[in-house]
Amino acid sequence: MNYFPDEVMEHVFDFVTSNRDRNAISLVCKLWYRIERLSRQRVFIGNCYAISPERLIARFPGVKSITLKGKPHFADFNLVPHDWGGHVYPWIEVLARSRVNLEELRLKRMVVTDEGLELISRSFVNFKSLVLVTCEGFTTDGLAAIAANCRSLKELDLQENEVEDHRGQWLNCFPESCTSLVSLNFACLKGDINLATLERLVARSPNLKSLRLSRAVPLETLQKILVRAPQLVDLGVGSFVHDPDSETYSKLLTTIEKCKSMRSLCGFLEVAAYCLPAIYPICSSLTSLNLSYAPGIPGSELTKLIRHCRKLQCLWILDCIGDKGLGVVASSCKELQELRVFPSDPYGVGNASVTEEGLVAISRGCPKLTSLLYFCQQMTNAALKIVAQNCRNFIQFRLCILDPTKPDSSTNEPLDEGFGAIVQSCKGIRRLSLSGLLTDQVFYYIGMYAEQLEMLSIAFAADSDKGMLYVLNGCKKIRKLEIMECPFGNIALLSDVGKYETMRSLWMSSCEVTLGGCKTLAKKMPRLNVEIFSENNEMENCIDDEQKVQKLYLYRTLVGPRKDAPDYVWTL
Amino acid sequence: MHAQQKMSSSPETADGSLDSDATGMDTELTLGLPRDGGSKAAIAGAKRAYAGTVGLGLGSGIGKQSGDIEVDAAEKSAASQVSCAGKVPASKAQVVGWPPVRSFRKRTLESCKYVKVAADGVPYLRKVDLRTYNSYDELLRALEGMFYCFTGDGNHSEESKAADPAKEMEYVPTYEDGDGDWMLAGDVPWKMFAESCKRIRLMKSSDAAGFAPRTPKRRG
Repeated sequence: MNYFPDEVMEHVFDFVTSNRDRNAISLVCKLWYRIERLSRQRVFIGNCYAISPERLIARFPGVKSITLKGKPHFADFNLVPHDWGGHVYPWIEVLARSRVNLEELRLKRMVVTDEGLELISRSFVNFKSLVLVTCEGFTTDGLAAIAANCRSLKELDLQENEVEDHRGQWLNCFPESCTSLVSLNFACLKGDINLATLERLVARSPNLKSLRLSRAVPLETLQKILVRAPQLVDLGVGSFVHDPDSETYSKLLTTIEKCKSMRSLCGFLEVAAYCLPAIYPICSSLTSLNLSYAPGIPGSELTKLIRHCRKLQCLWILDCIGDKGLGVVASSCKELQELRVFPSDPYGVGNASVTEEGLVAISRGCPKLTSLLYFCQQMTNAALKIVAQNCRNFIQFRLCILDPTKPDSSTNEPLDEGFGAIVQSCKGIRRLSLSGLLTDQVFYYIGMYAEQLEMLSIAFAADSDKGMLYVLNGCKKIRKLEIMECPFGNIALLSDVGKYETMRSLWMSSCEVTLGGCKTLAKKMPRLNVEIFSENNEMENCIDDEQKVQKLYLYRTLVGPRKDAPDYVWTL
Repeated sequence: MHAQQKMSSSPETADGSLDSDATGMDTELTLGLPRDGGSKAAIAGAKRAYAGTVGLGLGSGIGKQSGDIEVDAAEKSAASQVSCAGKVPASKAQVVGWPPVRSFRKRTLESCKYVKVAADGVPYLRKVDLRTYNSYDELLRALEGMFYCFTGDGNHSEESKAADPAKEMEYVPTYEDGDGDWMLAGDVPWKMFAESCKRIRLMKSSDAAGFAPRTPKRRG
């Protein structure tokens, strides 16, 4: 394939943007490997401990955008103790030292410190974009450094992070010369915001397309901001409470009507339902609506709003919308592709909830649905079968019945058949989360039919090792398997140890695997990090191989055991 | 014996015409494990055989494989319920990691039991955290304290309260519930009220035309 000079090949490769495709390109021949690696700009690292920054830079010296993920997914649900790891500082240090021309850093579930943020702000002159999702460990001081020093900052996107708010004036740290902002999201901050500074910042950011405000930003300020930025495409509302008879409110009405580019709305972190009609004028062009953080909007108001949103493709909502409300969604939002229904009351059995009825209604009305996250009180096999019939295009299907071992609420049977219907019908399914009463049977179906499955989350399911075996044997493309409270033991764990090198990671907590089983696995597979840990450091004193392992997290890696594991983590 | 097959008549329609039967029996799948249990070889063999079937319109391919594939669903579910019983913790709500809601989201929603309290004639609103009270009594006393200087005078002595219950409260506590309706506080059990209350309004008795000007029941 030496027909073209390298530059031409490189130019051709420029059109190939997906990382998977580029990975494939690099496998064709040594020449393509070289050209590809020298021209690669974006790298995605799903597990920060699978590779080291030094090796990353050695292979991709021209890298400009790095995405890193740290803690295992179940850390989101308090299953991973504090200080487990996922520190980004070592990465920043090496990147800075090696003079990488870093422009974009996207982190998920990582520990980020103010020192790290400051180092970023001082080391990379062309730094443009910082996206932090579910991270922790930093304060508004770190944000101040980013604001102050990143001259060409375009994007500062903070999603659901734990940020210590020092109530400093971090917003003030954006210099007057900073006019390049395209996206600013500080919705997760808890402290007060200097409103005048915010207004001025928006006023001098003509390219601002996405703005997500924290709760501390009141409706009056929102109105003033929207006057300055009618070009906004994506808006996260902070507080939305005001006297509807006031001048401010009527000004808001006029201002909102001018926001013709608005396509995505979220936030409403504090909201009075009687103010919602103000947004009706822009509802008809909305493609994305996230009201899942909006407390206390009655179902009736939600449905009134949604009736206006006929172009909606993505909807995140609380279960207070109810089954009837979902019926309204089904009849109004024919273009819907992604739906997430969150529990407003995760522990209670309140009247605010949805059942299989809502889901069936959605499946009937929204045939384009590809992604679902649905927290509900109950489910039936019959309903799941109807859903499977109506929606063949699911890529993500996550069903969470709040009572984790609840059977089919009309027949009292396990929900195996229902989920089986889903995986058989939706051939492209890539991510699946199960709940309810489930036996080994559902795993048989998954192993049999879910050929594209990449991520599977299981809790309180199965009867025996067979369940896990079906999945490991059948799902050729599985990359992430996370299991809690299931009777899977050493037999399942050790049946096909080579499989784990084809996967990113395996998580098993409160299952039946023993220390001995994990030791055996670690011995056979040196290129896996097999980490075990428990809440109370029992593992340190444990010499009994028969002891059950509380938490097991194993992942493939090219760089051996990690050096920053805390005391309670034992790498076998 | 051959496997039951209930073929769906037209798998492609998405408008729900298949489910004329309320329980959706048209689309029932009746797949199952080979009768001989589940050795790896048998599973692998069955998988290869099934590779050809596509979609829910399961053809007569089922049942022609080795062994019966019909499983007695009732038997299986009974067995699984027995085996499951042991491993389910007594109090599922307390299990760490369940339900799988991000801590950030849980914390944000949890912090929303502050409700606004407005009192007629008062120029500002107050906020109370309903979780800090256990009864209407406690709440009303707290509210009285908050709006003391505005609730008129003379009606706070025990004697006058006992003497004329109808005049006990110048204000009638009303609240907006989850459905957006304005209700008189005191009818439902406290816990139910605390869950559904979105905001509180202390209405002047004289304005409370639709309500009987009486003492709300002191429910615990």
